[in-house]
This record gives sequence, C-alpha cells and structure tokens, in this order.
Amino acid sequence: MTPASLTPNRRRLGRTVTTRAAEAVLRALIYICGWLCIVILLAIAAFLVYNSVRSLREAGLTTMLSGMQWYPTSDPGRFGLAPLVVGSLLVTAVALALAVPVGIAAAVYISEFSGGAVKEVSKSVIEFLAAVPSVVYGLIGVAVLIPAVKDSFGLSSGMTALTGGIVLGIMSIPTVISISEDALHAVPVELRQGSAALGNTRWQTTYKVTVPAASSGIFASVMLGLGRAIGETMAVLMLTGNAAVMPHGVLESVRTMTGTIAAEMGEVVQGGLHYSVLFTVGLVLFAITFGINLAADLVLERQQRRWRR
Amino acid sequence: MVTAVRIAPDGTLSLEAPYVGEAKRSLAEVADIQGSFTLSDVSVAYGREVVIEGVDLFIPPRAVTALIGPSGCGKSTLLRCLNRMNDELGNVHVQGEISLDGQSIMGRAMDPVELRMRVGQVFQRPNPFPMSIYDNVAYGPRTQGIRRRSELDSLVEESLKGAALWEEVRKNLKKHAFELSGGQQQRLCIARALATKPEVILMDEPASALDPISTQQIEDTIAELRSSVTIVIVTHNMQQAARISDQTAFMLRESLDTPAHLIEVGDTKKIFTNPDDRRTESYITGRFG
Repeated sequence: MTPASLTPNRRRLGRTVTTRAAEAVLRALIYICGWLCIVILLAIAAFLVYNSVRSLREAGLTTMLSGMQWYPTSDPGRFGLAPLVVGSLLVTAVALALAVPVGIAAAVYISEFSGGAVKEVSKSVIEFLAAVPSVVYGLIGVAVLIPAVKDSFGLSSGMTALTGGIVLGIMSIPTVISISEDALHAVPVELRQGSAALGNTRWQTTYKVTVPAASSGIFASVMLGLGRAIGETMAVLMLTGNAAVMPHGVLESVRTMTGTIAAEMGEVVQGGLHYSVLFTVGLVLFAITFGINLAADLVLERQQRRWRR
Repeated sequence: MVTAVRIAPDGTLSLEAPYVGEAKRSLAEVADIQGSFTLSDVSVAYGREVVIEGVDLFIPPRAVTALIGPSGCGKSTLLRCLNRMNDELGNVHVQGEISLDGQSIMGRAMDPVELRMRVGQVFQRPNPFPMSIYDNVAYGPRTQGIRRRSELDSLVEESLKGAALWEEVRKNLKKHAFELSGGQQQRLCIARALATKPEVILMDEPASALDPISTQQIEDTIAELRSSVTIVIVTHNMQQAARISDQTAFMLRESLDTPAHLIEVGDTKKIFTNPDDRRTESYITGRFG
C-alpha cells in the first residue's frame, strides 16, 4: 500500500488555466520583443526609401551616385554624391590603416602575452575608450591634431581627410581590439599547448597557430571597426574641413556622407528636393553599413561553427 | 614482453626501487641508447599546495612506462614535468632533479623550447591545428627550420607511417585535419609529435576520448613505436596499462591534505600479478579508485 502522503494530488500538480494563460502571454511578449528589432530595421529602411523617392524620381540614383558636383543650393541644384562617398571612403581608409595594425597587435598582446592585472586593467580601459563620446575625440583633434597636421605638412589648413581619419582610427581601435581579443580568446588552449609541446616559442605559436585560427574573428573585428568609422559623424564634421569637392589625396579637405547630412539637414525645406536627396545619402550609408555588418556576422558565425565540432 | 632488463643485459640493473643510483650507473653502459629519464626526489607544488612529493623514478629508454593511479593523483602533472609544460601553466613549482639521458632539464640548465623538440607530447583530446594534414605533420619540422620540400615530404610520410595513418590519408594530404575522425585525429597528433624526431613521447590518456576501435589502433601504434622511442603514458585504463607497457608506476594521493607519492614501480607483469605494496594490489584489483 502506498502511503497517503505519496499519492499524487493531480488537481494541485496539473497545469491550471491561469498558468497556461500566463505562459501564453509571456511567450507572446517575448516574441513581440524579438520581432520588434527586425520591424524597426525594416521601418528605418522603408522610411529612408519613402523620403528619398522624390530625389530618386527627379534626380535619379545613377545620376546622383556618379555626379561629381555637390551644389545643393544652386538653381537648379546639383546633387552629385560621388565626392561625399569618396570622402567617406577616404577618411575610413585612413582610419583603418591606423586602427587595424594597432588594434590587432594590441589584441594579440592582451590575449597572448599579458597576464593577470595588466590584462584585466587594459580590457576595462578599452571598454571605457569605446564609451568616450565622439565629440570629445573631436575636441582633442581640433586642439592637437589640426595644428600638428598643418605644421608637419606645411598646409594652409590642418583640416584634412588625414586629420579626420587619424581620430576616427583612434575611435575604431577599441572595437577592433575587443572583437579580435574575443576571437583569440576563443581559440582552444589545447592548440596553444600542442604547438608549445612541439618546441615552439609563444610568439611562434601565436603567429603560426593562434592568429590564423582566429583569423575570421579578426576579420569580423575589422569589418565592425569599418562600420564604426564610416558611420561616425561628429568627429569628422569637426576635423575634415567639409569641402564637398572630389579629393585628390589625404591632405585635402573632404566632406563625408554623415557630415553632409548633419550639416545641411537643419537648413533644408521639409519635403523639398534637397531634403529628399539627403535621405538618399542616408540610404546609401545605411546600405553600406548594413552590408558590412551582415558580412561580419556571417564570418563570425562561420568561426563559431568551426569550434563547435 | 620487453623489460628494462634488456637495457643492461648483464642483469645488474634490476627494476626494483630505488632506481636512481642504478640508473646513473647504467647510463654509461647504455650511452648509445637515448631517451631515458631519471627523476630524483621530485616534488611539485601548485602555489603553496604540494601535490606530488619525493618521486624517485627511472624511465628506461625505448620502452613503454605507464603511470597509473586514481584521478587527481598527479599523474598528468608529473608527466608535464618531463617536457616542462608545467611552465606554461604558471604558478607551478617543480623541485628535485630530473635529467634526460643524464642531462638536467631543470631551471636554466635547459631551454624548455629545445627540450620539447626532444620530448613530444600527445594530449588527452585530439588537438590538430586548423590546417591540412600535411601542414599539421610538417609543423614541427618547419619550426626546426626544415624548408626543403623533398625533406618535408619524406618526414611527413615517415611520421604518418609511424603513427599507422599513412595508408588512410596518403591520397588526401591536402585535406583539412578537422575532416578526420577522432581516432584519426589522435593518430595525426602522434604523427605530428613523431615528425620532430623526439627521443621521448609523453601521452596523457591518449585514448580516453576515443571509441574502442580507435583505442585499439592507438595501442597498436604504441606497440609499433616502442622499439624506436621512449613512451611515457598516463592512463586510467588498467587493462590498457597491462597490455601496452613494460614498466608501470603506481601513484596515489592518500588523502586530500597530503601530497601524492609514487607508491610502487616495477615490471608491468610483476605489478599486475604480484605487487609488493598492499595499496597497489587494492587499486589494480579494483577495490578503490
């Protein structure tokens, strides 16, 4: 005979109407929150497209993208986006030329060579650097870098693509470091030991095994750093001089896509052609950063799959 | 069964503990045979906690020595002393004297990087590098500065044959190492260790992550290698120790507050049939551990 205390009380243990309802509500809430992100992304894209329709119809996308002249306030206005796109790419290229080598080298140092306190302190310092507002970086650039570039290259103005690119590079370094460091950290310790056990120094192990094994994550960090650099507005607005002409080198003033939107949006007629063109600029920027982030995600996912087996 | 007596054919070298004195004497006689370890009064501490104390052990050249004992008795830690891999972990202090063929490997007496070219290691889980089969095997030789293609080719072939993997992969040397099965990956790791022409190979439970058939293949590989290289193997599987080793060393940590000791070491046949120590007998008959 089973003692009475051990016989299951079905009424109390079963799922009641209330618990079922609560679960359904909670599940619906979580679903909504998850889908909300996707909805917001699509809404942004739709909003940009909707507002650029007028310019796409009147000026034409290919005409705008290939146009070399940006005179939005002349009559009729000329809306050539090419100088802005090239300006953005030029500043970004300078930024990457600085951020990629420095960032990867720093990540390798933190992950493979530093230990204990140095590792912990440098990781939190890097997180802090990523949180400094871009206008602060801009201020330092104005005070230090603009005169320095002006003097060392003998220019009439220190506001150049180089100046903006350097500050942008410094701003991108934390992104490159922290994602690269994560990727290096994810390389199984057994691989390092295997290499050490074959008579390799730590440096040989790092460049022959660890860095190649983390290469896709390091690539993703570069892409995310690129995304950060190309989307940055305030620092470049303060430092590049904002001349909307096709640049011939890094020592000339440039205007970026982000800088153009920020500088001109306040002065345009709502719903006018210029207004609509600025949305097209935003759309181009959105497409570029979306593509970069998507590529980085795909690469990161491939890396994670590799270590899962 | 091959025993260490084979090394000193005059019979003066017995395999009963203590080994140290006799080992030193025997070295002159067997100078042409390489890959013997002599440990005297070796202690290991993690930080302040002494985990292994007073180990005296002679590891004969070109024979298989098995380290057995319950989990946590310091077998792997002792194994890592032999190629200074404890250095990589930090906070591990090794005291006493360890010599390889009469040459001290402790402290500044030996560059650990050079030592590891002479003393290879195979780990518990297969850890091939994320590159092709060929590049995995050629990894060590390339570190040693071998660049000539023909030389690398023959080293790779020789090593893969040594690890009994050549027939399975000879047509697919460019294939990524991750496409191999677990057992094949482990034999690839053995081949990788062989490619640096080590005198000794340390194996830390090399078959514990493998299925029985792969385990059998690893054991066959060990049996083939025993005549050309010294093998020190840590294993939890006592049947495996009995099958493949010439000498067996039993380690035991009798309580958590005391360090582990080497309880008994001797000819494998003797350890498994007629051990001197009561604790060894209890362990091998499965009464604890």
